[in-house]
Order: sequence, then C-alpha cells, then structure tokens
Amino acid sequence: MTSQPMPESHDWQSDDARRRVRRRHAADKRMRFYGLSAIGLAVGLLGVLLVTLILSGHTAFVQTMVPLQVTISPEKVSPDNIERGDYRSLVRGAFRDLLPIEMNRSEERAYRDMLSSGAPFLLRNRVLADPSVIGQTIEIDVPMADPVDQLHKGVTPRDVPEDQRRVNDLQLGFYDRLVEKGLISTPFNWALFFSADSRFPELAGLSGALVGSFYALLVCFLISFPVGIAAAVYLEEFARKNRWSDLIEVNINNLAAVPSVVFGLLGLAVFLGFFGLPRSAPLVGGMVLSLMTLPTIIIATRAALKAVPPSIREAAFGIGASRHQVVSHHVLPLALPGILTGTIIGLAQALGETAPLLLIGMNAFITSEPGGLTDPATALPTQIFIWADSPERGFVARTSAAILVLIGFLVFMNGIAIFMRQRLERKW
Amino acid sequence: MLEIVILLVLVIGAVGYLSARRRVIAMATQSGVRNHSLPTYHGAFVALWVGLPALGLALIWLLLQESFVDHLILSSLPAQTIEGLDDARRSLVISEIRSIANGQVFGAPSPEMVEAAERLNSWSDLASWAMVVTSTCLALVCLAITRSKINPEFRARHGVERILDGLMIFCATVAIVTTLGIVASLLFEAYRFFERVPFTEFLFGLNWEPQIAIRADQVAGAGAFGAIPVFLGTMVIAFLAMVVAVPVGLLSAIYLAEYSGPQFRNTVKPILEILAGIPTVVYGFFAVLTVAPAMRTFGASLGLDVAPNSALAAGGVMGIMIIPFISSLSDDALNAVPRSLRDGSYAMGATKAETIAQVLLPAALPGIMGGVLLALSRAIGETMIVVMAAGLIAKMNINPLDSVTTVTVQIVTLLIGDTEFDNPKTLAAFALGLVLFLVTLGLNVIALRVVQKYREKYD
Amino acid sequence: MSEVEAMRSPNPALTRAAAVAAPATSAQARVAARDVNVYYGETHALKNVDIDIYNNEVVSFIGPSGCGKSTFLRCLNRMNDVIEGCRVTGEILLEGQDIHARALDVVQLRARVGMVFQKPNPFPKSIYDNIAYGPRLHGIAGAKSEIDDIVEISLSKAGLWKEVKDRLNEPGTGLSGGQQQRLCIARAIAVNPEVILMDEPCSALDPIATAKIEELIDELRENYTIVIVTHSMQQAARVSQRTAFFHLGTLVEWGETERIFTTPSDERTQGYITGRFG
Repeated sequence: MTSQPMPESHDWQSDDARRRVRRRHAADKRMRFYGLSAIGLAVGLLGVLLVTLILSGHTAFVQTMVPLQVTISPEKVSPDNIERGDYRSLVRGAFRDLLPIEMNRSEERAYRDMLSSGAPFLLRNRVLADPSVIGQTIEIDVPMADPVDQLHKGVTPRDVPEDQRRVNDLQLGFYDRLVEKGLISTPFNWALFFSADSRFPELAGLSGALVGSFYALLVCFLISFPVGIAAAVYLEEFARKNRWSDLIEVNINNLAAVPSVVFGLLGLAVFLGFFGLPRSAPLVGGMVLSLMTLPTIIIATRAALKAVPPSIREAAFGIGASRHQVVSHHVLPLALPGILTGTIIGLAQALGETAPLLLIGMNAFITSEPGGLTDPATALPTQIFIWADSPERGFVARTSAAILVLIGFLVFMNGIAIFMRQRLERKW
Repeated sequence: MLEIVILLVLVIGAVGYLSARRRVIAMATQSGVRNHSLPTYHGAFVALWVGLPALGLALIWLLLQESFVDHLILSSLPAQTIEGLDDARRSLVISEIRSIANGQVFGAPSPEMVEAAERLNSWSDLASWAMVVTSTCLALVCLAITRSKINPEFRARHGVERILDGLMIFCATVAIVTTLGIVASLLFEAYRFFERVPFTEFLFGLNWEPQIAIRADQVAGAGAFGAIPVFLGTMVIAFLAMVVAVPVGLLSAIYLAEYSGPQFRNTVKPILEILAGIPTVVYGFFAVLTVAPAMRTFGASLGLDVAPNSALAAGGVMGIMIIPFISSLSDDALNAVPRSLRDGSYAMGATKAETIAQVLLPAALPGIMGGVLLALSRAIGETMIVVMAAGLIAKMNINPLDSVTTVTVQIVTLLIGDTEFDNPKTLAAFALGLVLFLVTLGLNVIALRVVQKYREKYD
Repeated sequence: MSEVEAMRSPNPALTRAAAVAAPATSAQARVAARDVNVYYGETHALKNVDIDIYNNEVVSFIGPSGCGKSTFLRCLNRMNDVIEGCRVTGEILLEGQDIHARALDVVQLRARVGMVFQKPNPFPKSIYDNIAYGPRLHGIAGAKSEIDDIVEISLSKAGLWKEVKDRLNEPGTGLSGGQQQRLCIARAIAVNPEVILMDEPCSALDPIATAKIEELIDELRENYTIVIVTHSMQQAARVSQRTAFFHLGTLVEWGETERIFTTPSDERTQGYITGRFG
C-alpha cells in the first residue's frame, strides 16, 4: 500500500527554492502594504473631509461687525407703532456718521451697500425689546454685508482685478478707512446659534433648525422609545417562536435596510396625504424618523435583553413572580443601560437623516423658530441642505459651520453612548 | 384641545387609581377575604382602562377630524362652486378657505368663501369640543364599569397583564404596519401613475423628461416617463461607489483581521466606523465643495472634460461612505473563519498572504458577498449625496466623467415643493420609489440569507 | 553511568547526558531540543525541555491537560509564532540545523515538519486541491501530471485513495470525520516532510476511525519520523516506540514506551499512568 515511491526529496537549499521563498515573502509584504494603504486611504479621506469642513467653516463662527451710534428719534420711530418705524434711515445715518468724508451719490450707495441689509431689523428688534430707548442714543453692533465679511476674514482675496471681486475698489477704500479707525471687529458669532434662517448669509443662523430638530427628535423619542422597548420585550420575552414572530423579526431586519427616502415617501403619502397632517411640521418629521429609528431600538433592546443571564429570570420565577413581574422588576432594569445606549445611537442617526425630511417639506425657508410641533420648521440637516444650495459665498462657510455643529451634536451623543456602554453595562 | 383631553383623562385616571385601591382595601378588611392581587394592580387596572380608550379615541378623532370637516365644508358650498372640479381643484378650494379662516386673506375672496371660512372655524371648534366631551365621557363610563368590577377576588393583576400584553403586541406589529404602509402607499400611488403612463413605457422607455408633464394637457407626451436612463444612472453611480469601496474596504478588513495587532485594530476600527456615522448630507456637501472641483481640475490637467456634477464625484464620495460597511462585514466574515483553517494552512508552510488568498477569502466569500450586497443596496438607496452632487437630467450615458441622474435624485426633485398627487410628475416619484423599494428589499433578503447561511456553517 | 540509571534520575542534566549517549539505531537525532522554554506573556508554560527524536520512530507525548505537551509540539514547527505574546527560548535542531536560524525560513521549516491537528481541518476546497495545496505553494511540482501523481501517492499512503479516487473534485469537507483526518494526513505528507507532528489526531474520532489512523501511523513510520500528542495512554502504548511524559510544563522523563509504562523512574509518571491524576 505504501510501496509507491514518493517523488524525490525536495532540495530546500537550492537557488530555485531560495528564490521562491524570497518571492513568496515579498508577495506577503505586498499584501500587508496594500492593506495598510487601504486603511491609510480611508482614514486619510476622513481627515480630508474633517479638515476641509473646519477650514471652510471656522470663519463662520466669528462675524464682522461695526458699532453704530444710533439716536432713536421719536419722529422716526413712534412709540405707538414701533413695528413700522423708519429704522433703515436711522441705521444708514449712523453708518454714514462713521466715515465723515465727502461722498457723491454713487459713492454713498456703494458705501451703504457694505452694511448688512438686515441691520435695520436688528435695530427694530432691539427697540421692540426695550421701547424705553426711544429718544436716546444707543450703541448697537451690526454685521457688515457678506462680501465685506468674506473680505475681512480673508476668505475672498483682495489682490485680484476688480471685476473678480464683489467688493469694488471704492468699497475697498472705505473698508480700509473703517479698519484704520479700528471700527471693524470680529466677535464670536452668537447669531449663528440664536438667529433663525435669513436670505442674508451674515444674518442667517441655526436657531430655527436647532429647535426644529429638537422637536422632531423629541417626537421621535416619545414614539420610538416606548414602542421599540415594548416590541422588543414582547419578541424576546413573551412571544412564542412561530411564524408570526418570525415574520415580525424578518420584517424588522428588512425595515432597518429600507432606504430612508422610501420612509419619506411613506410620510408624504400617509401622514400628509391620507391623514392630512401639516406639511413641514416637526411632528410629521419626528413620526417618520421614529419609524426609521424603531428597528435600531428594537434590535439594541433585544441584544440587551439577551445579555441578561437566564439565571436571573429563573431566580425570580423561583420565588413566584409572574412573567410580567420578572421582566419589569428584574430583566428590564438590568438591560436598561444597553437599551439607552442603543436609543441614543438611534437618535443620533435620526438627527443626521435628511432625505425623508425633504420629502415632507422640512426644507422650507422659515425665518423664525417654530413655536410648536405643528409649525413649519427646518431641521439641522435640511438647513445644511438649504444653505449648501444657496449661491452666496457666505453660505459656504455657514454650511460648513452648520455641519460642524451637527457633527458636534453627533459626537456628543455617541460619546454619551460610549460612556454608558463602558461604565454602566454589566458584563456577565 | 388634545392637552385638555390628556389632562382630564389623567385626572380621571388618577381618581380611578386611588379610589379602586381604597375600595379594594376597604372591601378586603370588611369581608376578611384575602386579595387576589395587590391593591396597586386594582388601581392600575382601572387607570389603564380609563386612560387608554379615551386617549385612543381622542387621537383617532384628531387624525380624522380635519378631512371630515373639509368634506363637510365642501359639500356645504353652493353646488356650482365645486361642480366639475377634480380632486386637485377641490383641495385648492379647501386650502383657500383654510387660509381665509386663519386670517390670511389674499386679494378679494368671494363671499361664499368667506362664509365657508367662518363655517370652517366654527365647525372645527365644535368638533374639537365634541372630542373633549366624548373622550371625557368615555373615560367616565370606563371608570364606572371597571370600578364596579373591583372586589378582593377579582384577578386585577391578570387584567393588567393582559392589557400590557395587548399593548406590547400592538407595538410589535408597528413594524409590520410600517412595512404594509410603505407597500400600500407605494403600490397605490404607483398604480395611479400606471393608469396614466403605461407600465411598459416606464420600465423600458429610453426617454425620461418628467418636467414637461406639469401641464395636464401634456400628460401623454411620448416617451417622457421611460425610466431606463434613470436606472442606468443609478447603476453607474452605484458601480463607481463599489469600485471605490470594495477594494479599500476589503483590504482594510484583511489587514485588520490578519495582520494588525490588537492595539492598532482597536484604534482603527472605531475611526473607520466614524465614516459610517457621518450624515450623508455632509458627504453631499463634501462632494460639491471639495471632490467635484478637485476632479475637474485634475481632469483638466489631463486634458479631460469633467462635468461639474460628474458621476465620478458622486459615486466616489458614496464609495467613501460605504467603506466601513464593507470593511466591518468582511472583518466579521474573516473572523468567523475558524482558527483551525488558519493553523492548517500555516502548518503547510503557507505565508499569511497565501493563507488569506487561498484559504480564508474562499472560505469567507459568502459572508463578504453578503456584505457587498448590503452595501450595494445602501448605494442604490442613498439619497443626499446624489441629490447634491449628481445631475438632474437623465441621459443614456455610462461615462463616469459626465453627469447622470439616479432614482433617488428623481424622487426628491419630483416631490420637493409639490404635494398634489394628481399629475404623473409627482406620481412618477412613487413608481420610482416602488422600484427602489423592491430592488433594495430583494438585495437585502438575499444578502441576509447568504450571511445567515454562512454563519450557520461555522457556528 | 548506565542508561537506565540516567533515565531514572530526575535530574534533567543527567537525562541529557543519557540522550547524548544515543541509541544505536541512528547516529544523530532527527530533532533535538535543548533547554526549550516557552512563555505566554507572563506565564512560564514550558520549562527547560531537552529531548531527542530519532528517525523512523513514533514518539508520543503524554501528560495531563495543560502540561505543555501540545505547546512543545507546536514549538517544533514554530506554530507558536502565530500566537500573540508567545516567546520561545532555547535551541531546537532539525537535522542539526537550528530552526530559529535566519537561514532556515519558517515556511520551509513547516514544509519539512508537517502537522496534523486535533480536529480535522480540511480546507473548503476539493479533495484534490487540499492535497495539491502544499506542493503548489512550495513549487515541489509544477506540471499537472506531477501533481496528479503526488495526489495519488499521498492519498494512497494515507489509505484514502480507494475511497475517494472517483470524487477528487468534491469538497474535502464532505468526507466523514475519520476520512477528513486521513485527508489532513495525506495533505501533510504531500510535501514529503521529514517529521510529522500530530496533535491528538484521534480525539475527535470514533473508535473505528481511530483504529484506522493508528494503523496508518504505524505504516507511516517506515518513511517518516512521527511525534504524536495523545491523551490516551493506551494509544501511546499501541503506536509509539518512545514516550515522553510532561507534567506542569516540565518534561519529567522520556524513554522507550515499554519501559515508561512498566518501570517508570519518576513517581509522577507512576502516578499518572496508574491513573492517580490526569
């Protein structure tokens, strides 16, 4: 049986054999190198993405402002009708006073255009907030117009031919004088967080979007958290394994992979079309997002429930607790950290979702914060989408800044989730 | 109004809870019978029976109230106002009445309209108050009935647990209802679309120009809804995304699973996961802001004309987004290959690369394929990147340097700013949505099955 | 000092002296281990092992679980290299050549020292490709006909040829457990190794398959040096000419199988073979 001769013993020391081994090791090193470069590429791309956003977005966190001394004369602003006051001429006058030099008409217009067109509204809001200033002289910081803002921050270059600049030579001269007089400052841009959207980039802020996202996430949480936990507890602790529970299980897994835009179609057809709920409302946005978050929460909850060792259930059953009591007194409290971790991760995903919100109209142009769940609103990601689509140069920086804010929230939420996972989850 | 209902129901529920508790304790001490359930359960039983039906009624009422009132208003209008109007015009009339009722008056509305608006306001008020009254009454009736059932022998805990069971089953079916809702709404609207545009034209037509169909008299415009170029564009972009993501993701996974030390692995894996956690709207902006201009410049330096919204930019950035899917699923697949196979190969004198290429990859192939399919379905369904970075015009084009459009881009552009479901333009979005849903569902089912089979093999 | 006395001596230095005065059957040991220590991180898993393994012999390593016998086995073809945090010191000579020397490449070493594992681990490939894997890697055969020959010879030597010759293209994982293990043995001998290491090759098999493998081991002795780790003292007694007993990371004693099982020199060996622990 074993009488057949084996081929002659291989000469491991021959040149051929050595060459072969060298070649094989070289191939191994190559594979290693490819793997490492692939990782390097992926991490590098992430780095490029973040660096680009920071480079383009950091300028939006400060705002080019000038201080105006405005005398609110009762002739211009009548105390009986503060809303309708002539704030524009007040602001123009005060801005004109900053640079007391001779200007002809067209020069004056060019000069005037350097101030944000939103400045009168800021003054109006100031007076509305405190009508006692009528008749007094107040100092108010107002933003410069977007071209000047971009120029001052160095985003747009000044040493290019005039026709490639949005600040013409005349304005450049005025700008230099204002700078010389030390009138231009760049304080932190609180308006980015505390103003709503605007047509003018220098005035546009995220407060509307932040409130909208908050409402939508609130609705999303209020629906998906209890429903998700109840569904998961039922499937994991109560349901008998049969076709019905299999069907639900397959369903949940597939639902987790349905493209988000399809959920938007569902919201549009059912919530808006069939039930007639209001368009652009955070309520509807939250409902759509909750349907998307539900599978995440259910899957995380089931994993957390599975991690609770059966011995705990047996112990509780052993002293005569009903199944409901076992679950609510023992299993759920032990699984809670895992459930909360999954919920936060699900909500973080929901916070970044854009497409379904676009379809239900949460990309409207809305210049005030929503006052309730059914008011038209935008959300953080849809605001980013709107700004990204806006042609003004200033919106590029605003978009990047809004993205940084969004990523900041995501990092914060995921940070909490990681913290909870590490600190609170028990290893059995 | 809902707030009032909630408040009232909460109060009634609390009253029910406390009184049921007190009652059962009193009865027990009086009769000397031992309670079957703790007094708390009696209280909870009553409170649940008071709260749930009343709140459910209020919610359903709210959902249906608006369309019901609209209907009443429409039928109350003088016959000639609405006669011969299609659904779209009717809803226009209603929204006009609504805005008048809200005090936003544009131009000079006809007196019937103003009258209708007043009627609308008073009927809405009436309906809301009716809701408050009915829900409260329901709560009180429930309170009376359940409270009368309370006695020490009553199995209140079983009652409560049965209610909770029902609630949990209801919640578990929400997932099913969602799927059914998706399927039903897509099928319904797509059916209406196919009533206007032949099915075969949609599936096999080579010309996609939905924008010409805004006016009703142009609906039958020949070849306007042939979706083939849209499907083709989707495939081009998904293919480009996979060309970027599969090699990078797979090689990363190979390095992490086979070469790297635990420390490197524990650092790099979360970093790669970050790529998956970045919202897609951010990738879209990145594509527009950085990648597309860079590709244009680079192309120009080679003498190539790259479109500003080239398929390459959108597909490439989508590929970056998908890298972590491929890498983490391939990593799982490689790690699931039993240690003994590695040992067997090393013991034969194979190098790591040989072991990976000849033993591990073939063994992990099903798992990796499953991951690739999931990623592909992700790429096909991805919306924001392409909405921002890809083109709007559908052309029969497979040149990655030129622009193409995708199914998701068309869905979004067809529906943004348009809610009337009456013309083929908006309905087409649902037909596309149906195709998208079916394709991604198919890919997911296959992928999940492949992955599951694979896991079973080595478990 | 007589050999027997040396064997009885618990002093490792004396044992080594006995080994140097090697038996007459072969002038030089095929594998010689000198002062081998293995550490897993902080754990000292194997302490000062010295042993010689001779040509055309079956050597069995016995001892209770965790005694280091498998660890030592894996040192002989440097399989411990793959394990994170594992460190091997000392000298292991294959045909007089240090296996840790730079000149001897690990992939070549493993081709010369084949290995069969506890659980049969055929690759998820066809039977043919399982056998052809090694020869192709090492360039032992290039032409299809050469590989065909190697496949047939290896399978015949492993006693599997008759059972599988009509289904060489079917996956190796489709065979029964015993057949899979013989396939793994065939795979190992396809590169014509000098030594074959077997790590409890029968522990996952039923008694009939075990008997077949033991028979095969006996036949293979003709051409190869075989080292087998086993849990079963009966198996060690049946298949091996020499036996080494490991306990708590030390090589307690080694020598001819018959002597170890009849007149062990160390009381730990005595205790183990009489079933007092292990």
